[in-house]
Amino acid sequence: MPEPVLSIRNLAVEFKTDDGIVHAVDDITYDVYPRETLGIVGESGSGKSVSTLTVLGLIPIPPGRIVSGEAIFKGKDLLKLGKKELQTFRGDEVAMVFQDPMTSLNPVLTVGFQLGEAIKTHYPKESDAAIEERVVELLSLVGVPGPKGRAKQYPHEFSGGMRQRAMIAMSIANNPSLLIADEPTTALDVTIQAQVLDVIEKVQHATENAATILITHDLGIVAELCDRVIVMYAGRIVEIGDVHTIFERPRHPYTIGLMNSLPKLTEDEEWLEPIPGSPPSLINRPSGCAFHPRCSVSQGRARCREEVPVLEATDDGGEHQSACHFKEELIGLRTKFSEPASAGGAA
Amino acid sequence: MLTYITRRVLYSIPVLIVSTFLSFTFVSLAGNPTAILRSNPRFSPVTLHLLEHQQHLDRSIPVRYWFWVKEIFTNKLGDSLQTFQPIWPDLTRTAGHTLQVIIIAEVLALILGVAVGIYSAIKQYSVFDYAFTTISFLGFAMPTFWLALLLQILFVDIYLKWNVRIFYTSGLNSPGQGTWSIDRLQHIALPVMTLLIISFATYSRYMRASMLDVINTDYVRTARAKGMSEWHVIMRHVFRNALIPIVTVAAINFGALLGGAIVTETVFSLDGIGYYFIQKLTNLDLYAVMAYLLITSVAIILFNLIADILYGYLDPRIRYE
Amino acid sequence: MSEQTSVPLGAAVGNTPGGPVTAPPGLTDSTVEAGLEVKVRSQWDYARRRFLRHRLAMIGLVGLIILFGAGIFANFIAPYSFEQIDLNNVLHAPTLSGHHYFGTDEIGRDEFSRVIYGIRTSLEVGVLVAVLSTFIGLVIGAVAGYFGGWLDNLLMRITDLVLTLPFLAILAAASALLGAGDWKRITLILALLFWVGTARVVRGIFLSLREKEYVEAAKAAGGGDIRIMFRHILPNTLGPVVVSATLAVATAILIEAALAFLGLGIKPPTPSLGVLVQSGQTNPQQWWLTIFPGLTIVLVVLCVNFVGDGLRDALDPTQRRVRA
Repeated sequence: MPEPVLSIRNLAVEFKTDDGIVHAVDDITYDVYPRETLGIVGESGSGKSVSTLTVLGLIPIPPGRIVSGEAIFKGKDLLKLGKKELQTFRGDEVAMVFQDPMTSLNPVLTVGFQLGEAIKTHYPKESDAAIEERVVELLSLVGVPGPKGRAKQYPHEFSGGMRQRAMIAMSIANNPSLLIADEPTTALDVTIQAQVLDVIEKVQHATENAATILITHDLGIVAELCDRVIVMYAGRIVEIGDVHTIFERPRHPYTIGLMNSLPKLTEDEEWLEPIPGSPPSLINRPSGCAFHPRCSVSQGRARCREEVPVLEATDDGGEHQSACHFKEELIGLRTKFSEPASAGGAA
Repeated sequence: MLTYITRRVLYSIPVLIVSTFLSFTFVSLAGNPTAILRSNPRFSPVTLHLLEHQQHLDRSIPVRYWFWVKEIFTNKLGDSLQTFQPIWPDLTRTAGHTLQVIIIAEVLALILGVAVGIYSAIKQYSVFDYAFTTISFLGFAMPTFWLALLLQILFVDIYLKWNVRIFYTSGLNSPGQGTWSIDRLQHIALPVMTLLIISFATYSRYMRASMLDVINTDYVRTARAKGMSEWHVIMRHVFRNALIPIVTVAAINFGALLGGAIVTETVFSLDGIGYYFIQKLTNLDLYAVMAYLLITSVAIILFNLIADILYGYLDPRIRYE
Repeated sequence: MSEQTSVPLGAAVGNTPGGPVTAPPGLTDSTVEAGLEVKVRSQWDYARRRFLRHRLAMIGLVGLIILFGAGIFANFIAPYSFEQIDLNNVLHAPTLSGHHYFGTDEIGRDEFSRVIYGIRTSLEVGVLVAVLSTFIGLVIGAVAGYFGGWLDNLLMRITDLVLTLPFLAILAAASALLGAGDWKRITLILALLFWVGTARVVRGIFLSLREKEYVEAAKAAGGGDIRIMFRHILPNTLGPVVVSATLAVATAILIEAALAFLGLGIKPPTPSLGVLVQSGQTNPQQWWLTIFPGLTIVLVVLCVNFVGDGLRDALDPTQRRVRA
């Protein structure tokens, strides 16, 4: 295994609100390796965006607070860096694409100018002509037709999909080592989603060695683009593994629930099975395992209620980890995406 | 951009016409110029009859309006019904004085208001912010005439107690002094201060609110994510965008003030267009009153137009409506 | 409207302990206590909490209660009537003797009493103007926003027109020419000029909501009555309308005072704080004649503005909360 690009260790972030303290992220640890696409999956409020936003220092510090942890990027702990130093990383080596392209671009500045800004901020010595050229190059890379003219236009003259492409172009302008895409397609039409995903894939090839973190609640996207997956629930990581393993042999009740709630195109189904119950409050989290009130495996056992499960290796080995007290009971369980039982069974 | 401007201009013209027509009708009906003429003892019934015919007072209102509009262009608003002196010179003179006062006041208010607004937003909830929020609230609650009176009384007191004249408390200037003399500035200092304080309250408050709105937008977050320093983020993204609503508010405010800060001018007995209006009004000098209303309407509509155009220039989204 | 409903998780799920793996989870009472309840607060509850927490708004509210209380109960509180002349006590400085807390004016009338009665007039004018103009604005805005088309266009043109009129000048002209001294007429004219703000806001809301609710209502009731539409959309305008009305009160009070000061508004014998300040101008040595009435105006408007600010914060649907 090569050196990870980003190592997050025991990160915990909380927010003070009028209703109480929100434990957005609670003691999470993960690595991101070069050239891989890591998916972070979870419902709204699971904390999937918070960890990456914290790494970039984009969390407003009151009311937010980094309780503990470190985020090592190329040998430096980003959480301990001063503002100015952190700014040298942002947009250069670590770049982010946000969810809503409608509001993520300044409406009174041209798209070309804003893209150029991304470059000029980190390479102020570049000539305007060179920057302009690079902007046009980037726009055509992401598939914006007529890039020269488009660069002079304003964001409201772009369609939603095109705006997101421009945002992606902006993020890879300086050849980042780590690209974070936070729900990049959620705000877009389904047909446009596919196009944008293609752009992301294309862009990954164009940047050498870049790692990508893809944050989403859509398992379909995960299946298409990701190499490894992290599943989050109520601010904690509940399962980590590579994408095939997670889909075929999930070892956490929540993941299983997610899989089962997806429709599978190649089968006839009468009912979809949603996970019963509703997402937990992050202020008053259930004690012990946060998922236990909705868990069919728990069956009311005391351990689930009292003890917070720790991420441990599953029967598949160290690369596949799950945070469930009774993960062994899930061995052999078939989901819609499992291989047929006759093909040799688990492990 | 050009189509946008043309459209706005074309739109303003009918508004102007209807507005002035309404004013004209209102003043003519409520004021009854015939009665005014008749009350003048110098005129014999024959002269009255002639006069009325000459002034078209025996015709219907729309016709009279038409004649009046013609008068504007041919005879520069004609003569006062009361004094039979031309209105135009008085109007221009007083308008000039008013302009001097409000330009100084508004420019200062804008600069100070924007600066304070920006700083208040950046250092939200600081002592500075609270202090100036309080001042703004006071500014909003203060009646203009009261503020003017307070300043006047204060400086009259200073003069009486210490025999030192810092600022004059009434009138435009001492005899023989020029438009930009120290004497004049001393005279208009207090009215300027009055207007300044009240406008400042508005601008600083609006700027603060606008800044806070913009600081929390997604595109500012994008700018930060690009690695721009906070200073650059504020200057290039926040400030420009936050300024847009202020500019339009300032333009509209200025247009409204062009009608003369009636109350301020009255308190300080300034020879401005507002003071002129009040005097003519109390004397029921109708044509002068109408001339004033015309100028005021034009000013307001003109500056609303300017505000719209400025807004279209600063915010590209508006141009395509 | 301020109900609190608790929604226990999995309420619809049956209780099957120890069943097969795919059975739905069971809920016991203890799990309910474990913080699984999600309290759903209604919109008005949040608004009320926010308002009460707004310190300035609370100060304003208390201030208003005191001031308006004084105005309403003027007859009981004021030691003298507002025109009671006492030529022995002319231009007396504020003193505790004889209850002349604010001093007396040039014909011996008690300033304190006159100020209190003045508050009452301001209150009457302000509230009446706000109520009238809000009502007019609501109707016009609703009609324009809901029906759209040429009606909307026409009404918006009229709105623009009213906006280009110089308020103070028109009012001054109106009162000079029509000989108004009577507060009712002033109130009416003010209302006829103030409705514009409310109309704009209401129209905006009707325009945007008409798209949403309309579809549902059309499905649900077939011949969805327009009245039903108003019953659904109208409550959504309540928040901004209340804020708009509050600010109208403040502005109305200020304009009425300005007019009275110029001698073109409410005239004696009806008491008005503006008139009181005017007499202060003719007696500059007697500072109490200027300060107290003016200060009262400032206090009243300040309190109204505080409350208005608090209301705006409380009823503003855009909350700047951090995304988790």
